[in-house]
Amino acid sequence: MNSKTKKAYLLNAVAVFLVYIVFLTLIRFKVLSNYFGGVIILTCIMMIMALSLNIVAGFLGEMALGHAAFMAIGAYLSGFTSIAIMNAFPTAPALLVLIFSSLVGGVAAGIAGIAIGTPSLRLRGDYLGIVTIGFGEIVRIFFINFDPLGGAQGLKGIPRLTNLSYAYWITVLVVFLIFTLGVSKYGRAIMSIREDEIASEASGIPTTRVKVMAFTISSFFAGIGGSLYAHYQGYIDPDKFQFMFSIEMFVIVVLGGLGSLTGSILSAIVLTVLPELLRGFAQYRLLIYSLALVIMMIFRPQGMLGRTEFSLYHLIYVLTNKREPYKKGSIDGGKSS
Amino acid sequence: MLKVKDLNVYYGKIHAIKGIDFDVKNGEIVTLIGANGAGKTTTLKTISGILKAEKGVISFDGENITRIKPHLIPDFGVAHVPEGRQVFAQMSVYENLIMGAFIRKDKREIANDIEMVYTYFPRLKERHKQLAGTLSGGEQQMLAIGRALMTKPKLLLLDEPSMGLAPILVDEIFSMIQTINGAGTTILLVEQNANKALRIAHRGYVLETGVIKLTGTSEELMSNDEVRSAYLGG
Ligand SMILES: Nc1ncnc2c1ncn2[C@@H]1O[C@H](COP(=O)(O)OP(=O)(O)O)[C@@H](O)[C@H]1O
Ligand SMILES: [Mg+2]
Repeated sequence: MNSKTKKAYLLNAVAVFLVYIVFLTLIRFKVLSNYFGGVIILTCIMMIMALSLNIVAGFLGEMALGHAAFMAIGAYLSGFTSIAIMNAFPTAPALLVLIFSSLVGGVAAGIAGIAIGTPSLRLRGDYLGIVTIGFGEIVRIFFINFDPLGGAQGLKGIPRLTNLSYAYWITVLVVFLIFTLGVSKYGRAIMSIREDEIASEASGIPTTRVKVMAFTISSFFAGIGGSLYAHYQGYIDPDKFQFMFSIEMFVIVVLGGLGSLTGSILSAIVLTVLPELLRGFAQYRLLIYSLALVIMMIFRPQGMLGRTEFSLYHLIYVLTNKREPYKKGSIDGGKSS
Repeated sequence: MLKVKDLNVYYGKIHAIKGIDFDVKNGEIVTLIGANGAGKTTTLKTISGILKAEKGVISFDGENITRIKPHLIPDFGVAHVPEGRQVFAQMSVYENLIMGAFIRKDKREIANDIEMVYTYFPRLKERHKQLAGTLSGGEQQMLAIGRALMTKPKLLLLDEPSMGLAPILVDEIFSMIQTINGAGTTILLVEQNANKALRIAHRGYVLETGVIKLTGTSEELMSNDEVRSAYLGG
């Protein structure tokens, strides 16, 4: 790690900390309502969902239209786990229970990812899109009919363990892990498969295994997002995880820029906060999404950030020196900071 | 080093390679020339495991590699530069080269080899941060070769490196192929451009609709009447 990268990491860490303090203070002194605190938590969850989906949709370049299903699996299994733990040990520490249950939910979603990814990623072509749509519906219908987990009524009585701090820091951790994946050897291997599968194999990359790995990691983090969601709401409504919800997440990723992680973050913020601010127009939510998508496709088809990454270090450098230190960074293009 | 015996390859019912035999010895440049559709690409793809041989044996350094999966072929020391400059377009030149070293763990040696590729192709060094998709055709071909060299191959399979390039660039790339060969890498060069290929190769095979028609040293082939009229333009 050179000194420039170190500085950039430090800067990001400071920024992340400052944002946290600011939000906490604003809510503590009632400048922002508790309701807004809830919006922040939902935004964090949507960031996790968008970033994890970007691994498959952006890095790997595959259509994945069942992200809500993996979120549902994470939500249900983590909710079930934490209910069981809280029944057995009512005084168990909240954070520990949340982390453990989330891992259970994430691993369950990851296993489902292996089961779906292995057969459909082996084949070349857009099988994954079709398979994931089908899988999404199967999962939803399963949970509607599976009474031990609440059936159509949904799973109730999940301990509400997700608070602003936990949601924030878990999201920071997930963002860090997915960025690290993006600049790692295996992250690059995922992208090179998107670029050219034959050339990737000729370079010794086990393409099927790497594709399934990417899909599994993506599903795992979707499960983590589902767990945070379940423990924020306190109940799970199986109808939340409809096909349209998967589409919404896909739209967020496309709008941010396929392959751009900072783009996904930005897009998740805009598309979660905006509809909340326009609460009265809640029924127009999908209309807003569609409109945003159409406008974007006309004026900026590569998404807000295209494939480049926003870099705080780069921005400050430019603002203070009025000139570019190096070409705009991107995870899969030039060097990012 | 490479021995191909009675190789047969099909695309469904189409019999593309009809029982060919050829070999490449350590240190050589061997060229496989033939018109469009003769089966040159099919042959290379079968050697590197992308296509399955229906019948026949491919062996490399005495090991049977006929049924080896494509991503394991680089482990044997065989690197394939696919037809049509398949670089990773959205990745930088440097990252393309790093991907070539995917199977290797010797970090310091990898850095040395990147420098070696940059000495072969100084234009790549100047553009090391540029996205590969924005390089010119010739530069992409250099990058594709450079990336294959990063696997540290004993045998380099080149599929029509001259395709679609200006003559002056073809000369530059072919002279680099000779340099790479001089540094100890054996080369199997597949070409439609028979003239240029025979000039740098030691030996050659003429492939016609999936069958080997002729073989000999480059001099023999260049002075052969059939070859002259069919491939060298008179
Ligand atoms: N994917 C494919 N499906 C069916 N036939 C193919 C395919 N690829 C090549 N062929 C056929 O196999 C023969 C050899 O093709 P190829 O190896 O690409 O020739 P060359 O590289 O010498 O131009 C041709 O007749 C071609 O039409
Ligand atoms: Mg060909």
